[in-house]
Amino acid sequence: MTVASAPRAAKAGSPPSPARSPRRSARSLARRWSGWLFVLPALVPYVLFVVRPLLLSIQYSLYDWNGIGAATYVGGQNYRTVLTSRDQLVPILHAFELIVFFTVIPVGLGLVTAALLHGLPPGRFATLTRVVLFLPQVIPLVAAAIAWRWVYSTDGVLNQGLSAVGLGGVTRAWLGDFDWALVAVGLIGSWVLLGLCTLLLITGISKIDVSLYEAARLDGAGRVQEFLAVTLPGLRREIGVCVTVTVIAALASFDIIYVTTQGGPGTETLVPGVQIFRLAFTERQIGLASANAVVLMALVLLVILPIQRFSNRED
Amino acid sequence: MTRSGRDILLGRTLLIVFMLATLTPFASIFTAALAPPGSSPTGISWPSDPHWHNFIDAFHAADLLPLLGSSALIVAGVVPAALLLAAAAGYGLATLRIPGGRLVYLLLLLGLTVPLESLITPLYYEVQSFGLLNSRWALILPLLGLYMPFGVFWMRAYFQSLPEELTEAAAIDGAGPWTMFRRIHLPLATPALSSLAILFFLWTWNQFILAIALVDDPNKRTAAGALGAFQGQYGTDVVLLSAGSLLIMAPTVIIFVIFQRHFVAALLQGSVKG
Repeated sequence: MTVASAPRAAKAGSPPSPARSPRRSARSLARRWSGWLFVLPALVPYVLFVVRPLLLSIQYSLYDWNGIGAATYVGGQNYRTVLTSRDQLVPILHAFELIVFFTVIPVGLGLVTAALLHGLPPGRFATLTRVVLFLPQVIPLVAAAIAWRWVYSTDGVLNQGLSAVGLGGVTRAWLGDFDWALVAVGLIGSWVLLGLCTLLLITGISKIDVSLYEAARLDGAGRVQEFLAVTLPGLRREIGVCVTVTVIAALASFDIIYVTTQGGPGTETLVPGVQIFRLAFTERQIGLASANAVVLMALVLLVILPIQRFSNRED
Repeated sequence: MTRSGRDILLGRTLLIVFMLATLTPFASIFTAALAPPGSSPTGISWPSDPHWHNFIDAFHAADLLPLLGSSALIVAGVVPAALLLAAAAGYGLATLRIPGGRLVYLLLLLGLTVPLESLITPLYYEVQSFGLLNSRWALILPLLGLYMPFGVFWMRAYFQSLPEELTEAAAIDGAGPWTMFRRIHLPLATPALSSLAILFFLWTWNQFILAIALVDDPNKRTAAGALGAFQGQYGTDVVLLSAGSLLIMAPTVIIFVIFQRHFVAALLQGSVKG
């Protein structure tokens, strides 16, 4: 490749320059192509284990296949099922409901906290907070789910706390409750993601030009006005990152729900991730599982791209 | 003056509330782990006679040693290789003007948004066709590919932040791209590489869906995958399950606390570079 392209590059070089020039530009082109040697080793596993499975998902989604026998081509039948049958739409609906808990609550609470925390002097206390708030982000989600299953259980600390403040009447097995199960698993997501958002946003605030705050104060802005006029616009990029990361976490949630409820009771907490896993590995409906997988992928892109465009927009 | 003083007090109070909320599930699983074996504990209550021995029982019941060993082997197989591949590609894309480099970068960026669930079914059949199901390779090889988008993205951003004169000076001295990578860029990238290493360690240790889909034997899974199997077996024994869960999450907490300063700063910086 390098050898072949060298002469062409020499010809393309500007002729009147010193004698060494063609050789040098040939060498620089060779050098540019040799850069592929650095990139290729990373691309091989990426193409093999991400790009190829992605394309295979699309292929599988057009077939009716039980994973072992012969596959029958069915065209768009699986997609029609995913997008029209109630059983298949319910998980997608739940995924969007989870955005409230995975994105709106952590980003909203994170913003308020970060604004209040701005100016907290560095020291032991600041470090301790950082470590503690970040802990849920570090442990396996499976362990978090096991801990929360215990918190929500009949004898768990939530019911203990409710009884202690005289609300013994509302205690229940939260994860088994048809009305509350989705809220309960959603709040686990808020717990995991609040620390991440708060810390991201505090870092963002510390980068905002101090003179903007001084100017706002001189104009007589109150705390709320200051927050709306200076802090919020200054954090657009960080908010964009928080929203992107947490929306993906909501739409593609799996670990927490698989461990706490497996999608139940009934299908009250069924989400696309658990649905795909169930269809592919329990019910052996590979085509339908793959159509779900492609729809999930498309949904993520559909939601993420506008957010990215908005948060990266130049002023 | 008073306003900022009040703000600090309000901020601290709010922080303490958030910290307590964050710690409650940990506290509740911890007190449950110390209750008498086989009992059914209630909420958070410090047992009158804490059974520290439960941790040892859980260690044996879950056969934790081979389990943690397996997870460590997978980490050893994934992390150094992933770091090297990501660093090389990041260097290539950041400093060498590779023909088609922009396209490669965009292709990798796409991978940042792909949910693992969208890949899990074909990954199963792919790994099966390689004859690798139920082996640690079934996790090591796909994870290498899955880490490339973030790894390359991260290393590329870091190499781009280095001053350009560095490369130019070395090029004038006649150093080729390989020499420059090994002698100049790689040593300079130690901070970026070490935070990436911690991140890759955590992601591997905590990897769940791949482990339960591709490996049946808990002794060949990641720690999180093994915890899933442990939960299936001892789901009703709250005391033993709590002790086992704490043991399996312990390494992640320890690594995080040791490296936290480094880690949080780098992670936040990295994600904001967007």
